[in-house]
Amino acid sequence: MTTRELTPPQVKDAVEKSGPGGTGRRRLLGAGKQLHAGPVTYVVLAVFALVSLAPLLWTVVAASRTNQRLAETPPPLWIGGNLFKNLEAAWNEAALGTAMLNSTIVAGTITVGTVLFSTLAGFAFAKLRFRFSSLLLLLTIGTMMIPPQLAVVPLYLWMSELGWSNQLQTVVLPTLVSAFGTFFMRQYLVQALPSELIEAARVDGASSLRVVWHVVFPAARPAMAVLGLLTFVMAWNDFLWPIIALNQQNPTVQVALNSLGTGYVPDQAVIMAGALLGTLPLLIAFLLFGKQIVGGIMQGAIKG
Amino acid sequence: MTSSKQALAQSASSADAAPGSQPGAARRAHGRGTPPPGPDSWRSRLYRWDMKASPYAFIAPFFIFFGAFGLVPLLYTAWYSLHNVQLSNLDQQTWVGLDNYKNLMSSDFFWGALQNTFTIGVISTVPQLVMAIGIAHLLNYKLRGSTMWRVVMLTPYATSVAAATLVFVLLYSWDGGMINWLLGFVGVDPVNWRESTWGSQFAVSSIVIWRWTGYNALIYLAAMQAIPSDLYESAALDGAGRWQQFRHVTIPMLRPTILFTVVVSTIGATQLFGEPLLFGGASGSKGGSEHQYQTLGLYMYDQGWIIGNLGKASAIAWTMFLILLIVAAVNLLITRRLRKSQ
Repeated sequence: MTTRELTPPQVKDAVEKSGPGGTGRRRLLGAGKQLHAGPVTYVVLAVFALVSLAPLLWTVVAASRTNQRLAETPPPLWIGGNLFKNLEAAWNEAALGTAMLNSTIVAGTITVGTVLFSTLAGFAFAKLRFRFSSLLLLLTIGTMMIPPQLAVVPLYLWMSELGWSNQLQTVVLPTLVSAFGTFFMRQYLVQALPSELIEAARVDGASSLRVVWHVVFPAARPAMAVLGLLTFVMAWNDFLWPIIALNQQNPTVQVALNSLGTGYVPDQAVIMAGALLGTLPLLIAFLLFGKQIVGGIMQGAIKG
Repeated sequence: MTSSKQALAQSASSADAAPGSQPGAARRAHGRGTPPPGPDSWRSRLYRWDMKASPYAFIAPFFIFFGAFGLVPLLYTAWYSLHNVQLSNLDQQTWVGLDNYKNLMSSDFFWGALQNTFTIGVISTVPQLVMAIGIAHLLNYKLRGSTMWRVVMLTPYATSVAAATLVFVLLYSWDGGMINWLLGFVGVDPVNWRESTWGSQFAVSSIVIWRWTGYNALIYLAAMQAIPSDLYESAALDGAGRWQQFRHVTIPMLRPTILFTVVVSTIGATQLFGEPLLFGGASGSKGGSEHQYQTLGLYMYDQGWIIGNLGKASAIAWTMFLILLIVAAVNLLITRRLRKSQ
């Protein structure tokens, strides 16, 4: 809840009627957050919204044309007739069927693991007392500073030794836990889970696992959903490690798109069709859950 | 934890009444008649052991996985950086001391990559954060369809590096490209976005800016909404206009958030990899024909997996880490200075 929504209607009316150049009292009411957006605000926001969406919309246009047409000036601005032909070509050339399945498995497993382990650790850091807990929490946060590049050479060598090159578990295992997720769940549970609830269950003789199952998980459910969405987006879009660990025979979507884009005779229309297919699942998820993802990022920001 | 009888009784009743919780378990256990058992029973020992051990069990997965796949490899990377490790012959690892690092220091490509990482980092981070503050300020007004605006601004975040970069490659193409065509309308000659140094670095940066501005705007918006409105009211009483309120109330109150986003974006910029790799197409790992946009992340990938010198790649990784630590230390110093000056 923000204070903007709490402004009584009469005050809002007074502010709206006062117009520009009001006296002290009116300016006071109109100060800060209560301000209504003027037409200029909408125009500027619309321009930014257009910049945000235009490349995606134009991908559809480019994916529906031929390679020759894309090289001409002016560039095409409206849908042509080749969309399905290009989508089919991209699907076959980049093994996108396998790639989509692989990405779904990889991102799905990473999401389940991250949400589960983050909730458990976040609960421990938020509500349980144990030795070195604050030091360990600080350590967890500190690990966010370590760039993934620092691990890839040994991971690559070990995974080859295990014979796991090009297999999906190679991508999943190093990404299965998340310091951000742990901290995110901790910040949420500190407030959302009343300590009395846990104590009550304890008094009744419930074991820790029962407490987790019957008290923590229900209380954490909204945050788990948000963390799950954020993790899925991140895992689906991960690039560096999959490209080192997997080859073109068993790719994720990002690896497949990379192989499509680095061909020596690029067919731009087919590449655009591939980019469209590779982004589509996430865009659909975003259309459905955009509000929750936005809320999650804002919540993580406030408390983080 | 409070443990007076009164508090416990209160909490027990509140547990039963709490909406949204699942009271079944607690009540069932209660109904089965398991009061806190006597001090010496087997159950009570188990119970105390559970209380002690379970916190560690809950945090264990994070530390085990992070240790195995983050911390141990980090140390091994340092070890490999002192060895000659070739992709073509993984079993032969010979000690070479600091040779890989010396090799880096005398390589023009390394210094070029360092400089590119810095310039691309600056021209992608600064406009991105400035625009994000502006957008957040606009989104903080009372808007029609405010959620819709936020979701639209965040859409690029859902696009992958690979898909976004492939689209921008086409938008930036020399002939028939959308950007050069639009520039033609305002009388600007077409720019060679792939070959020219500044052009290509700007193009790579624009992909980063496009993907992350909306994300940062939401972080700023969240922080703006947490600013107490009476600060604005007293500023207005002192006669501050909108712009002055923005400068003297909003920006100072956002300072911790701004610092946070600067650190996060700096870390991101140091690791920049996917955008330049895909922007280059077939010569991607080189960062263009003249290495004009080869970043440190790309240089490491090129040395390690295209050329096949994993020892040198390890040395690059550790050098990146040291640079990040220096950046973090400088950030800490600035933060302290700012706090003291207040």
